[in-house]
Amino acid sequence: MALLEIKNLHASVAGREILRGIDLVMEAGEVHAIMGPNGSGKSTLAQVLAGRDTYEVTEGEILYDGKNLLELDPEERAREGVFMAFQYPVEIPGISNSYFLRAALNAVRKHRGLEELDAMDFLALAREKLKLLDMDPTFLNRAVNVGFSGGEKKRNEILQMAVLEPRLAILDETDSGLDIDALKIVANGVNAMRAPERAILVVTHYQRLLNYIVPDRVHVLAGGRIVRSGDARLAEELELSGYASLEAEVAA
Amino acid sequence: MPNPTSQSTPIEELVSQEYKWGFVTDVEADVVPKGLNEDIIRMISAKKHEPEFMLEWRLKAYRHWLTMEEPRWANVSYPPIDYQDISYYAAPKTLKSRPKSLDEVDPEILRTYEKLGIPLREQEILAGVAVDAVFDSVSVATTMKEKLAELGIIFCSFSEAVQEHPELVEKYLGTVVPYTDNFFAALNSAVFSDGSFCYVPKGVRCPVELSTYFRINAKDTGQFERTLIIADDGAYVSYLEGCTAPMRDSNQLHAAVVELIAHDNATIKYSTVQNWYPGDKEGKGGIYNFVTKRGKCLGVNSKISWTQVETGSAITWKYPSCLLIGDGSVGEFYSVAITNHYQQADTGTKMIHIGKNTRSTIVSKGISAGYGQNTYRGMVKIMKSAEGARNYSQCDSMLIGDKCGAHTVPYLEVRNSTAQIEHEASTSKIGEDQIFYCRQRGLSSEDAVSMIVHGFCKEVFRELPMEFAVEAQKLLGISLEGSVG
Repeated sequence: MALLEIKNLHASVAGREILRGIDLVMEAGEVHAIMGPNGSGKSTLAQVLAGRDTYEVTEGEILYDGKNLLELDPEERAREGVFMAFQYPVEIPGISNSYFLRAALNAVRKHRGLEELDAMDFLALAREKLKLLDMDPTFLNRAVNVGFSGGEKKRNEILQMAVLEPRLAILDETDSGLDIDALKIVANGVNAMRAPERAILVVTHYQRLLNYIVPDRVHVLAGGRIVRSGDARLAEELELSGYASLEAEVAA
Repeated sequence: MPNPTSQSTPIEELVSQEYKWGFVTDVEADVVPKGLNEDIIRMISAKKHEPEFMLEWRLKAYRHWLTMEEPRWANVSYPPIDYQDISYYAAPKTLKSRPKSLDEVDPEILRTYEKLGIPLREQEILAGVAVDAVFDSVSVATTMKEKLAELGIIFCSFSEAVQEHPELVEKYLGTVVPYTDNFFAALNSAVFSDGSFCYVPKGVRCPVELSTYFRINAKDTGQFERTLIIADDGAYVSYLEGCTAPMRDSNQLHAAVVELIAHDNATIKYSTVQNWYPGDKEGKGGIYNFVTKRGKCLGVNSKISWTQVETGSAITWKYPSCLLIGDGSVGEFYSVAITNHYQQADTGTKMIHIGKNTRSTIVSKGISAGYGQNTYRGMVKIMKSAEGARNYSQCDSMLIGDKCGAHTVPYLEVRNSTAQIEHEASTSKIGEDQIFYCRQRGLSSEDAVSMIVHGFCKEVFRELPMEFAVEAQKLLGISLEGSVG
């Protein structure tokens, strides 16, 4: 059974249809990339998977691990192992990263029938993950995303992913606004997360992230539909030809 | 999307939780007839076997009160109060003679405290908190008094202080809040029934947090406590005040007065968690909390710090203030005020800088939900004599939903050009983005709101003593675990 199966997904925002029939199957252990020009519906797809209710699903279904994902609240999806790295991570003043992350981890653990971690055990776990991502331990003491640079925010998302160990990770344009060093750190973190039981969906506008995270499959989204699918070479091809030719193809 | 909960629903659910502490204890109360006149005041004074100076002071206050008008400048509205329709004194009948120990206390009253989660015995033994519990108007039990007495600390009910230490009461009563101060302070001075008294002698550091729990119980009985705390040269005391009240249909007036006096190098820390009945969802019932709290930093390098968490009452009118008289004295005000449904709060502080190099800090966090109206009203006054005075003020407001209001009214009066004053203010709204972010990480909407509100209030919560941090957590539905301090 596939970990994620999207069938004929239609979604709209404020009455305007953005997704017009998406079909996608992801097996555990795979990394897929969703590429496409601005306005093609990439982020909408990510948000719909995470359960953002500004988008209305008008048709189709999403099966996650055999369950109807659309019936679950966002927090239920998260506890079932769906994680989204945000394109624009949100600030929570006054709440430390470690407190936030421990609360999140314990919500997930509780759901899975595991014992909640106390502050000491959590700290040990978090330190280990920080090392994995080559991040400064002071990260944990800072308020969630407050005063973080763009790169720090994105790395914080990857840290959260590493701690929460999701089964399905969705990276919503995690590479946007990153310089090449930050990009490498993020990519290394994602690569370290590759595992047989986990699927990772990388949503990106640019091919360059895929130089560091080599996907098993690449899908090109345009006009709310997947117009091309292929292996990693498709991304390179797009880098040369650009989206313009593709959009002409769609329009034709 | 098959997600039936819109983003605002969980917030509304959280903020519309029913008042959990509404119950009425079945104790026969000894209530004087309704109404206010000189005879009533003489009756109250006689019931309490007060010395002549107290009666005289009460009568002077009453006569002055007759000449005053109820203040109308606050940003609150309520129907006129009929002061003749209030009974000004109530005492549980079983307490005509004070119990010698907790064993003698009416079990019904003890159960009431247990429902509130403050078992006296446990507090006495485990928490190291000396409790002077005010049930209606008369102190029920005073604990750990002997221990404190060894250090020369006097901690007792106000009535007892009047009997045992009349010289201290006469010396300090009304020196910070004179009976002429304002309408409600004058009323309190005339009719106050009881309260707490504390005197910490020279050089003594009070080893425990002193604590008082107030309850309003008898129907239609106004509560008029009076608290007086004196820290002599080099003394330190931390005082906790916490309140919950049973559910009521008719409004109840509460007009307390608190006076603090800090001598040379003395420190008084006064913390409040106020959770009186706020009225129901339609705004019916609830307590009117019209309180005058003021501290006098009389001595050099003295310090008075107010911390308050105001979650209850239908109307809050309260401005814990500091008179910074001694050179180098310090005043602090940390406040969290929450208004929900139809609650109204007009609260803030006054920092009056008189001495040289005096400093003050104001941190105010107002949270409005439902139809709640929250006003911060604060005054910083630098007198001509206050060379080198400094003030830092920060007033933040948070809105939950779109039917509530937040208002900030800062007054600044500077008469010395060497003063340094900073004022910061912000207004924010709990955003859908913030809540969605938390939910995507596995937290429920309720936990998300709690966390965001807690983060907003953190600078104030960390000023609370540990014992109170727990109550603040209960009141806000916030898990403080691991994030306090």
